[in-house]
Amino acid sequence: MAGSAKPHGRLWTWLDERVGLAELEKVVKKKEVPVHRHTVWYYLGGMTLFLFMVQVATGILLLFYYRPSAEEAYESVQFLMAEVEFGWLIRSIHSWAANLMIFTLFIHLFSVLLLKAYRRPREVTWLSGIGLMGLAMGFGFTGYLLPWNELAYFATKVGTEITGVVPVIGPFLGRLLRGGDEVTGATLTRFYGIHVAVLPALTTLLLGLHLFLVQKHGMSVPPGAERAGGGRRTMPFFPNFLLRDLVGWLSALAMLAALAAYFPTELGQKADPFASAPVGIKPEWYFMFMFKTLKYLPSYILGIEGEIVGVVGFGVGGLFLLLIPFLDRRTARGEPSPLFTWIGIAIILYMVALTYLGYTEVATQ
Amino acid sequence: MAEETLDRQPTRRGFVNWFLGTSAVAFLLSVFYPVGRYLIPPTVAESTAGTVRLPFKADDVKPNTGQIFKFGNRPAILVRTPAGELRAFSAVCTHLNCTVQYRPDLGHIWCACHNGHFDLNGQNIAGPPPRPLDPYAVNVRGKQIVVSKST
Ligand code: HEM
Ligand code: FES
Repeated sequence: MAGSAKPHGRLWTWLDERVGLAELEKVVKKKEVPVHRHTVWYYLGGMTLFLFMVQVATGILLLFYYRPSAEEAYESVQFLMAEVEFGWLIRSIHSWAANLMIFTLFIHLFSVLLLKAYRRPREVTWLSGIGLMGLAMGFGFTGYLLPWNELAYFATKVGTEITGVVPVIGPFLGRLLRGGDEVTGATLTRFYGIHVAVLPALTTLLLGLHLFLVQKHGMSVPPGAERAGGGRRTMPFFPNFLLRDLVGWLSALAMLAALAAYFPTELGQKADPFASAPVGIKPEWYFMFMFKTLKYLPSYILGIEGEIVGVVGFGVGGLFLLLIPFLDRRTARGEPSPLFTWIGIAIILYMVALTYLGYTEVATQ
Repeated sequence: MAEETLDRQPTRRGFVNWFLGTSAVAFLLSVFYPVGRYLIPPTVAESTAGTVRLPFKADDVKPNTGQIFKFGNRPAILVRTPAGELRAFSAVCTHLNCTVQYRPDLGHIWCACHNGHFDLNGQNIAGPPPRPLDPYAVNVRGKQIVVSKST
């Protein structure tokens, strides 16, 4: 406006009058990040967000060459890797960033859990976060099948068969997911639609809610730091925190490029429904702890099939994780809650131990 | 005036709310019913083949080896035991549907997915599989191998 003494140019003023940049600036300037000895964990969410953006960008690039059918999928990825310039790079980054994204997401989730950031008023932020975790795993599970290679084919057979084990609705769910009774080209088409349309749409919605809530509540100061009188110091989000974020993102990008260049994603053998399952079949690493648990379960536990016990167990575990903000009464009252700290540590140890076993044990006997 | 509104007579507002509510539900049903049905895959007729001729000759299957073949639209396995006898089973693991294989070093059928073991009668002997493999009948006519569902 005429009397504005702000050191902004004419373009800024023009836009401000039409879009309201000043309000946006006020919001950005107001945002502060608490500084204490756990501040480093605040970077993990942003890192996951960055990796998700990498996935969207590389995923869209893959769409230009990928063909979603049992006859053509493997060949189209082969063509992409061998003929298309930098095709190997785009594909390798998509698959490495997927893994890194799930990894940072796990760390983000567990740091929030151990720092008790789920307590009032951030319960809905936690719920949306668990939802995003589920969506990310859905991305990984559906994406794994898309190259239509042997390992992915059998991993998907086992994975979808496990949904079939869920009591009552399981067989129906399994059919719905596979688009038939078996893993076939119909499954591939379905997974493709889920991977590139359904999940991105859902993720955008849920991520929007998640980020809106984070913005609304600001960063949570861990109860420990709060009690110790810490968390009084803050730094401005813009530019101090964001610049530190950027350093992390650039490092991640450099690491992605290096991983993609030195360990390009392999393609393996084309899936053949009439071949035996290959030795060394394994799911993506983030499903390994569940896969390994199922492997250890005997075929019958108290007269119930081992799988059913396992699947129901993981279902109950997931529900427990979802409801932690409402179960942890002590944290809700503002008291120390060592029980839930130990539960968090136990979950981490269990997952790490079974993943380790999954990769070290020889499967042949 | 006030008494009249408290009366339990149907009001115009009540009727409009009921009408809009019912229409909304009907609208949602008419959208979600077809979408729901659309998402459920149609059942494809199971291949009813009760008998198949294998695409390889009896002599091609050496003792202590196994071969996967198509039985209808599912994989099956033909095994020649170390003693020379031919046997056939469904190759679909009874655990989580992986395709089993013959392990010459163990002398029996094995599933790579979760380390499931089956003996030469298809019995589940170790690992997670809860049931034996379905057995098929094998007949050799000259050099032709014919596998059929029931014995
Ligand atoms: C809008 C977003 C996305 C699009 C359009 C997209 C698209 C694609 C396409 C076309 C493929 C098949 C090509 C290939 O196999 O390399 C693929 C594979 C894959 N995607 Fe995505 N994707 C997206 C997001 C994600 C996310 C967020 C994840 C993370 C968890 C993910 C994980 C994977 C995995 C693990 C593969 C298999 C990689 C491989 O073996 O090559 N995708 N994606
Ligand atoms: S599918 Fe064969 S042992 Fe699990």
